[in-house]
Amino acid sequence: MAERPLSPHITVYRWAYTMTLSILHRVSGVALAVTLLGFVLWLVSASLGAEAYAAVLPRVMSVPGKLLAALAVTALIYHLCNGLRHLAWDMGWGFERADARRSAVVVVAVTLICAAVCVYLMFRPGAGAA
Amino acid sequence: MSLRAPLARALYHGSAHDGVSHWLIQRVTASALAVLSIWLLVALLSLPGSDYATVTAWIAAGWNPVWLALTVLIASWHSWLGIEVVIEDYVHRFLPKTIALLASSFVHLLLAASGVYAVLRIALRSAA
Repeated sequence: MAERPLSPHITVYRWAYTMTLSILHRVSGVALAVTLLGFVLWLVSASLGAEAYAAVLPRVMSVPGKLLAALAVTALIYHLCNGLRHLAWDMGWGFERADARRSAVVVVAVTLICAAVCVYLMFRPGAGAA
Repeated sequence: MSLRAPLARALYHGSAHDGVSHWLIQRVTASALAVLSIWLLVALLSLPGSDYATVTAWIAAGWNPVWLALTVLIASWHSWLGIEVVIEDYVHRFLPKTIALLASSFVHLLLAASGVYAVLRIALRSAA
């Protein structure tokens, strides 16, 4: 396999911030796979009954648990926004370099705003759901 | 006419001819998840509490079991396809790649099955 011709390695390209969004899409996707695992464990614990759920809940509501949940929500919102950008590209929209750079800024801005709102709702005094 | 040598076919070099459906299913599941994940996020954030009674009542309420089961199922499917591509991009040696792909497949199938089972169990228990 290694003897096959390879396309230019990414290190020959000058860095552009759209590249960072691209790799973040993959990183957030992998993070969301782990999130799905946690979410299913949470559902399963609830299906096993009140005692099993009561054993899991303190871990979810602990400070590390909430931080992980905040990260997961941020990853979800980013992957969702950038995923819509990818779907637009797949239909041939916004593929010009200037458009792609503008939509990158929109994705980052929308992610930051929505994630901040969600994390506030999760951590606000008296918040039950995390 | 195929330009591929018989040996290359035997060694699984070249196209497997299911790339388009892989690509398309990733997009179809992505479109469904765009809607379902917003629903899930809003629903979870507006739950009044995270105790057992509140959570199981929400899971079982109305059409929630259907949307939840669909979310788990489609998210598992989408994740399966995505993780597959990531493994294929970074793990090149045959044995580690095969083991990783198999492990990912089994974990994702297990997630889909146990997630749907958990939702059904909660929903049917509260209906009984």
